[in-house]
Amino acid sequence: MKEFVKGLFRENPVFVLMLGLCPVLAVSVRAVNAVGMGAALTFVLVCSNVVVAIAGKFVPPGVRTPVFIVIISTFAGVADLFIKAFAPPLDRALGIFIPLLAVNCIILGRAEAFAVKNNVWRSFLDAAGMGAGFTLALLLVSCVRELLGSAALTFKILGYGKVFHFPFPADPAAVMLLPPGAFLVLGLLAAFFNIFRARKG
Amino acid sequence: MDLFTLAVSAIFINNLVLAKFLGLCPFFGVSRRPGSALRMGAAVIFVMTLVSAATAVMDRYLLAAHGLLFLRTPAFILLTVLLVRFAGFLLERTGGALHRAFGVYFPLITANCAVLGVALVNARRDYGPGQAAFFGFCSGAGFLLALLLMSGIRERLDLARIPAVFKGYPAAFITAALMSLAFLGFSGLARG
Repeated sequence: MKEFVKGLFRENPVFVLMLGLCPVLAVSVRAVNAVGMGAALTFVLVCSNVVVAIAGKFVPPGVRTPVFIVIISTFAGVADLFIKAFAPPLDRALGIFIPLLAVNCIILGRAEAFAVKNNVWRSFLDAAGMGAGFTLALLLVSCVRELLGSAALTFKILGYGKVFHFPFPADPAAVMLLPPGAFLVLGLLAAFFNIFRARKG
Repeated sequence: MDLFTLAVSAIFINNLVLAKFLGLCPFFGVSRRPGSALRMGAAVIFVMTLVSAATAVMDRYLLAAHGLLFLRTPAFILLTVLLVRFAGFLLERTGGALHRAFGVYFPLITANCAVLGVALVNARRDYGPGQAAFFGFCSGAGFLLALLLMSGIRERLDLARIPAVFKGYPAAFITAALMSLAFLGFSGLARG
């Protein structure tokens, strides 16, 4: 259980470890993107961590990284084709960031730093926790950006779900949906996390 | 799209780092000194041009020709790893100075989302090998420009008096936000 919880807060991959920032900044324009991206990353992370935990011991240390990259990229390819086939709008929104999961630093980092040294069950929990932590962080960034940028929260995909509209802010700042907004929101949120951690000691 | 428009678009309007969010790890990690930023950027330009051309050739004449496009992601990565290893090896053999100057950055670049990202963009836009190499070169140049500007700012930022909670990453992010805002001004220059 400890392995699962650490990814949520204490070792949150985005805000504490500062890993995997590219997809966080790129897709966080709508809340539903965050859910889709988070689910895709969690899927790839769990699958590759489990495979690495099983097979990693048989790989000679010299070629570890290339072998892990091939394992991860296979699952990233699976996720890419699956989303293309069943959720084309999500594929358009996430673009190349699904196949780019193949070189995501969180996934490669967990394979090398954790899965290869631990058993299957612990690697599974670690991956699930890291995936959930990533999803939560991404959801937080997306909600802030979408709320400030278009005064709405979109949880709608393929006709399911709902779009929530809010009366505030009365005059949404579209720049929040553009690239500068992504950097700004992430910078401010990272500063908030710093305050939080300083308080806790 | 003519080559000049493509170049302006890749360097300024759709800047790899500030508009496309690719290669953020080296952007925030390496960009502390202009000297190292310049060498890292040069290494990225070299690798990106090489990999773009090679993956475009592979995509068109091997994967598409044999109906293997579902293998695109793993195949691109394998090719990138092999190419970068090989280029690093050659550089190491030919001369120590060149290798020390930018060969040392090659391992950092191999598993980097910017290089694979540009290769995937080439494939999605169906660029031929020549056009892909040109786009790779220009994207790398855009990366170099952003990295160089950022390193200059961060050198000063280290000496600036900023609130403790903003030290490090938060300040870097906000700096990047302002740079990105400035680059938004280029967006009327060309379409694409």
